[in-house]
Amino acid sequence: MSLPLEAQEALARFEQARGWEQRARLLMQMGDTLEPLGEADKSEDNRVHGCESLVWLVAEQHDGQWRFKAGSDARLLRGLLALLLVRVQGLASAELAGVDLNAWFAQLGLERQLSPSRSNGLHAVLQRMAELTRHQQ
Amino acid sequence: MFQPSPWRADFPAIAALQRQHQTYLDSAATTQKPQALLDALSHYYGHGAANVHRAQHLPGALATQAFEGTRDKVAAWLNAAQSRQIIFTHGATSALNLLAYGLEHRFEAGDEIAISALEHHANLLPWQQLARRRNLRLVVLPLDVHGRIDLEQALQLIGPRTRLLALSQLSNVLGTWQPLPALLAHAHAQGALTVVDGAQGVVHGRHDVQQLGCDFYVFSSHKLYGPDGVGVLYGRSQALELLRHWQFGGEMVQLAGYQDASFRPAPLGFEAGTPPIAGVIGLGATLDYLASLDGHAVEAHEAHLHQALLRGLADREGVRVLGTPQTALASFVIEGVHNADIAHLLTEQGVAVRAGHHCAMPLLKGLGLEGAIRVSLALYNDSEDLQRFFDALDQGLELLR
Repeated sequence: MSLPLEAQEALARFEQARGWEQRARLLMQMGDTLEPLGEADKSEDNRVHGCESLVWLVAEQHDGQWRFKAGSDARLLRGLLALLLVRVQGLASAELAGVDLNAWFAQLGLERQLSPSRSNGLHAVLQRMAELTRHQQ
Repeated sequence: MFQPSPWRADFPAIAALQRQHQTYLDSAATTQKPQALLDALSHYYGHGAANVHRAQHLPGALATQAFEGTRDKVAAWLNAAQSRQIIFTHGATSALNLLAYGLEHRFEAGDEIAISALEHHANLLPWQQLARRRNLRLVVLPLDVHGRIDLEQALQLIGPRTRLLALSQLSNVLGTWQPLPALLAHAHAQGALTVVDGAQGVVHGRHDVQQLGCDFYVFSSHKLYGPDGVGVLYGRSQALELLRHWQFGGEMVQLAGYQDASFRPAPLGFEAGTPPIAGVIGLGATLDYLASLDGHAVEAHEAHLHQALLRGLADREGVRVLGTPQTALASFVIEGVHNADIAHLLTEQGVAVRAGHHCAMPLLKGLGLEGAIRVSLALYNDSEDLQRFFDALDQGLELLR
């Protein structure tokens, strides 16, 4: 499966990043591209628990395509969420099920952000995404 | 000026972590282990494991001897009058749960249990759930601005209805010693039982449970440079007699029939099943090691580092330290910066600190915070560890601001 265009661009930038500082800067830039959540989206139902920061994930299906929105009060996590969304935005359920998100973050050099012990909550976000999309095939 | 730790080399993991560019400043969560402990574990497993208190064979006798030897060492470490006042559990959490179940029969609807607002979940939830089971009132003693229990208010709140008082000795978030002598004495005068959660306190300085005057004292081995999976419950002899048995199985029983059984008194009556034998033996080796150190030198070293930590935090703009830490650790937040972002960037730079609610959600909520960063020290840390932390913090903040 080929990468969506935005994901290809992000990957190219992260592949060139040298060192933690550059990666952090890129993450913050990615985070700024995230479409801000409306107050209605920041509901308890959309909260992803198991994160140390506030995280919301909204999943909707339009014409068989998944549209996700996500937000957090933590900046670097917003970057990780943006990287997640560029990879999965607009996919159909079957395509989404075929995406290896661990491999995606590994490609970006961010695999350590996925560890269940990490309090940043990306792990919890992925679990939540799987739950939200599994039941609406 | 560089302040080395004379004990750093006794902890092989510190050098290993350093080779991985990791600076370990999360000892309040768990500590690295001395070589003496590794040797004891290796010796036990390498020379013949055996179950304790059961077998007449030689390996069993040796294991039992070493296991019971640790009981003596723990009793000596806490200055308990007798070794049989020491019960081994699987951690501080399980020791506190043992108490909450073992003492349950002593409570009637309307009775009160008093805890403080800064308790770790381990010393909150067992009592909260007991209160819910038995329709008791859980009274929460408030804190002063420094993060110590407000003595004046607490003495008012602990009254004749108070059946039990359970308090941390040293806060795992605020690093404050609690005014235990006055509170324990007052609780006793009201006829209440007293429980001290020594999980953090036991690691810093020596504490005399007889002098402290509590009914029960709890700590976990792994925070005291020992193996994980082992906890200690000390009880005053008369207090131990109040405990009902709570977990049932091998070796805690005197006589067992199909329909009924009788049980042993403490300690073995509260050590159902095979205990963590290697861990207990390892704890003994750790205590031998700790006892061989100059306690005053350790305390002075830790106090010096702690001062340097507080100074460094105070020097930085926008840093707000929670409470007035006295020992070993400090938790802080930074104005306008999310603690998850700081934690992320410290991790990226190989500095291991704790971020989040520190298993004390109500305390953080009471302070109006979602979380905080905690730096915690141990005897193997040196001033370079702190310097690496501050450098990483400065770099991270520069990036974020």
